[in-house]
Amino acid sequence: MLAAVSGSAIAEDLPSNLHFLVPGGAGGGWDGTARGTGEALTGAELIESASYENMSGGGGGVAIAHLIETADRQGDTLMVNSTPIIIRSLTGVFPQSFRDLTPIAAVIADYAAFVVAADSEFESWDDVLAAYREDPDSVKIGGGSVRGGMDHLVAALAFQAAGEDPLAVAYVAYDAGGDALAGLLTGETQLLSTGIGEALGQMEAGQVRILVMTGDERIPEAPDVPTLQELGYDVSFANWRGFFGAPGLSDERADAYAAVLSEMYDTEAWETVRARNGWTNFFRPRAEFVEFLEENEQVIGDMMRQLGVL
Amino acid sequence: MLEGILTGLSTVLQPTNLLMVMVGCFAGTFIGMLPGLGPISAIALMIPITYGFDPAAAMILMAGVYYGAIFGGSTSSILINAPGVAGTVATSFDGYPMARQGQAGKALAVAAYASFSGGTIAAVFLLIAAPALASVALSFQSSDYFALMVLGLTAVAAFAGRNFLKAIMMTVLGLMLATVGSDPVDGIPRFTFDKIDLLDGISFLLLAMATFALSEAIMTVLKREKIADAAKAATKGSMGSLKLSRGEVREMVPVVGRSSVLGFFIGVLPGAGATIASFLAYGMERNFAPGKKKEQFGKGSIRGLAAPETANNAAASGSFVPLLTLGIPGSGTTAVMLGALISYGVNPGPTLYTDRPEVFWAVIVSMYIGNVILLILNLPLIPYIARLLTMPSHILVPLVLFFSLIGVYLVSFNTFDLYMMVGVAALAVGLRLFDYPMAPMILGFVLGELMERNLRRALTVNDGSFSFLWERPITLGIMILTVIVLAVPLINALRDRRRAAAIVSSGEGG
Repeated sequence: MLAAVSGSAIAEDLPSNLHFLVPGGAGGGWDGTARGTGEALTGAELIESASYENMSGGGGGVAIAHLIETADRQGDTLMVNSTPIIIRSLTGVFPQSFRDLTPIAAVIADYAAFVVAADSEFESWDDVLAAYREDPDSVKIGGGSVRGGMDHLVAALAFQAAGEDPLAVAYVAYDAGGDALAGLLTGETQLLSTGIGEALGQMEAGQVRILVMTGDERIPEAPDVPTLQELGYDVSFANWRGFFGAPGLSDERADAYAAVLSEMYDTEAWETVRARNGWTNFFRPRAEFVEFLEENEQVIGDMMRQLGVL
Repeated sequence: MLEGILTGLSTVLQPTNLLMVMVGCFAGTFIGMLPGLGPISAIALMIPITYGFDPAAAMILMAGVYYGAIFGGSTSSILINAPGVAGTVATSFDGYPMARQGQAGKALAVAAYASFSGGTIAAVFLLIAAPALASVALSFQSSDYFALMVLGLTAVAAFAGRNFLKAIMMTVLGLMLATVGSDPVDGIPRFTFDKIDLLDGISFLLLAMATFALSEAIMTVLKREKIADAAKAATKGSMGSLKLSRGEVREMVPVVGRSSVLGFFIGVLPGAGATIASFLAYGMERNFAPGKKKEQFGKGSIRGLAAPETANNAAASGSFVPLLTLGIPGSGTTAVMLGALISYGVNPGPTLYTDRPEVFWAVIVSMYIGNVILLILNLPLIPYIARLLTMPSHILVPLVLFFSLIGVYLVSFNTFDLYMMVGVAALAVGLRLFDYPMAPMILGFVLGELMERNLRRALTVNDGSFSFLWERPITLGIMILTVIVLAVPLINALRDRRRAAAIVSSGEGG
C-alpha cells in the first residue's frame, strides 16, 4: 500500500483510515461532498480506506460540539462544512466558529446565481434592477434559506452593489432550493437566488434562464451567463465547501491532509466524481483557507449587520 | 407517446431490470417494516450501490425501494401502533384497533390490497397524463397549500366523538409542539431553552413513536389488558386470516377509488405529499361514510384503514410527476432521488420524456410490475407476520420498546432524543389515562409546521395582506370546502335535535 503513495512524503503522516464527519443527514450536499472526496481519495489509492458518520442537528452545531468535545481522539477525522458555518456562528445558532477547529482546506465551490422562469419578462439583470428601482416589492426574490441566510444575503449584496437599498429586498424564505424553484415556476416569486450548480440542469431543460452569476469569471458549463463583475457590479461570492480537523490537530497532520487533498485534484478518480456532481474546483489550503474564511466572515457579517439580522 | 411506453416496457422487461424491481420492492418492504427506517434512509443507502448502473435500472431500483417502504410501513403501524413513516400514521388510526380485535391478518390484507390498488391506479394516471400533469403541479401557491392544510385539520373531527373539547385541546398541543425549533422564516430559535438538540424542532418520528408505540406498550402493562388477550379471544387461525367478506370488498371498492384519485393529485403537488394525502383521504371518507359506519372510524373501520393506505401509495407514485417532469422534489425522499438522477447524468425536466424516454417510461412501467410483486411478496407472509401478536406480552412489550427506541436513535444518533422520547411517552401515558386522544395531536403537529410555513410565505408574497384568502380562486375554493365540511355535521346535529324536540313536544300535545 505504501508503495502506491511512495511518491509523496506525506503518507506516513496520514491515518490508515480517514473518518469523515458529516454534520447533516444522508443524501444532502455535505454528505455528497464527504462521500465524493472519500471515494476519490480511496479510488486513487491516496488513502487506504474511508469511513463516514452522519451527525445531524442544530444546523451542524451538534457535530461541531462533538468534534470539539472528543478532540483528543479525533485525529483521524475530517468534518465537512460550508458557508453556513460562518453565517450560523455569526447569528449564534451555535457558539463556536471555524476558529475553534483546525481549517484544512476548501475543496469545491458553487457560485450564486439569479434565475428567472423561462417566460419571465426579465431578459437581463439590468431589467431586474429597473423593476426593482421602480418598486422593490414588485420583485419577490425566493431562496432556499431563512431570512438572513445565504440566499438572502447574496441577493442583498447584489442589489447593494447596484446602489440600491439592500433592506428593501422582498425575500421569500423556502424550506429548500427545490421548493424555492417551485415557487419561481408557479409565479409566486419573480426571481430566484440559488447556487448555479442547482440551476444549470433546469436551464438546460428549458424551464429557467440564468441572468447573472457571482463568480469572478464565467464558468465553462454556462458560457453565456455573465458575471456581476463584468456588468460593472463589484460583487463576487462563492459558496465553498471544505474540511476541518479537530481543534489541536498537529500541524504535520493538518498539512498532510491538505497535501493529500491537493494531490487528489490531478487524479482521474476525482475528475469522475467532480464531473458527476458538476462541482467547480476551489482549492484553498491551510493558511490561505483561514484568510479566505476571515474575508468571507467580514463580507457576510457586514451585510447581516446592515440587514439588521445581527 | 405509445412508442415511449413501448420503449419503457422493453427496458423494464430486460432481466436485470426485472431483478431491480424485485430487489427494490423486497428491500423497501423490509426496511419500511422496521420502525424508524423510512424511505429516505433506504434510498440514501442505495445510491452508492447504483453508481455505474444504467440510469433506468438505478431509478427502477430506487422507485421500488420508495413505494416498497411505504407499502411495508403499514405493517408496524397496524401490528404495534408504531408508524415509522409519516405517511402511515393515519393507517394506525383504524389498523391498530382492528389488529387488537383479533383481525390483524384482515387488517394487513386490507392494507396490502389498498396499497396495491392505490399504486396501480396512480401508475395508470402517470402513464396517461404524466407530462400534462406538470401544469397541475405548478398551479398551487403557498396560500393554496395553507388552505389545504386547514382542510386537513378537519380530519380531527374523526376523533372528537364525545370528547370534542379534549380532541381540540390535543390538536392545539400538536400545533404548539410544531413551533419548537428554529423559526422557518427568520431562523430564530423558539422554545429551545438554549438546547442545541431542540434547534431542529421535535422530530416527527420521535413524537409518533413516543405517543403511539411507547405509550401503547406502557398502557398495555398498566391496564393489564394484554394485546395477547385480543389474540387469544380469536383463534390463531382467524388472527392470520386474510379473508374479506363480499360485503367488506363492496365497502372497500368505492373508498379505494376515491382515495386513489385524491392521493394521486395531492402527490402531484410538490408541497404536499403522502402524509397530507393520507389525512385528507381519511377525513374525506369519514365525511362520506353513512351514519353508523362513520362512528366506526377510529375504532377499526375498514374504510378508515383502506382510505389512507390507498392514498399514501397513490401519492408516492404521484410525486414522480414533479420529480420527473419539472425536476422539483416534493419530499425529502424525492429530493435524494433527484440528486441521484443528476449524478447519473440524467436531467429531469420537461424534456426528459423526449430526451430519455427509456428512463422516463421505464420508471412508470416498472411501477405496475412493482405493485404486483409487492402484493405477491406480502400476501403469503401476512399469516406469519400477524402471528407476531400471539406472542405473550412479556416478550412483545419489551420488543416494541426496543425497536421504537432503536428506530429513533438510528436516525439521529443523539442520546438526547432517547431521554426526550421517554419523557414524551410518560406524558402521553398520563394524558391517555384521562382519555385525551393522541391522534389529533400528531395531526396538529404534522399539519401545523406546513401551515405556518405556507401562511407566512403567502403573507410575505402578498405584502402582509390576507387578501389571498378571497383573491386566489384555489385558496377560496378549499376554504369554502373546509367550511362546508365543518358546517354540515353541525347543521345535521341541530336539525336532529329540533326534530327530536318536535317529536317530544308533539307527543306531549297528543
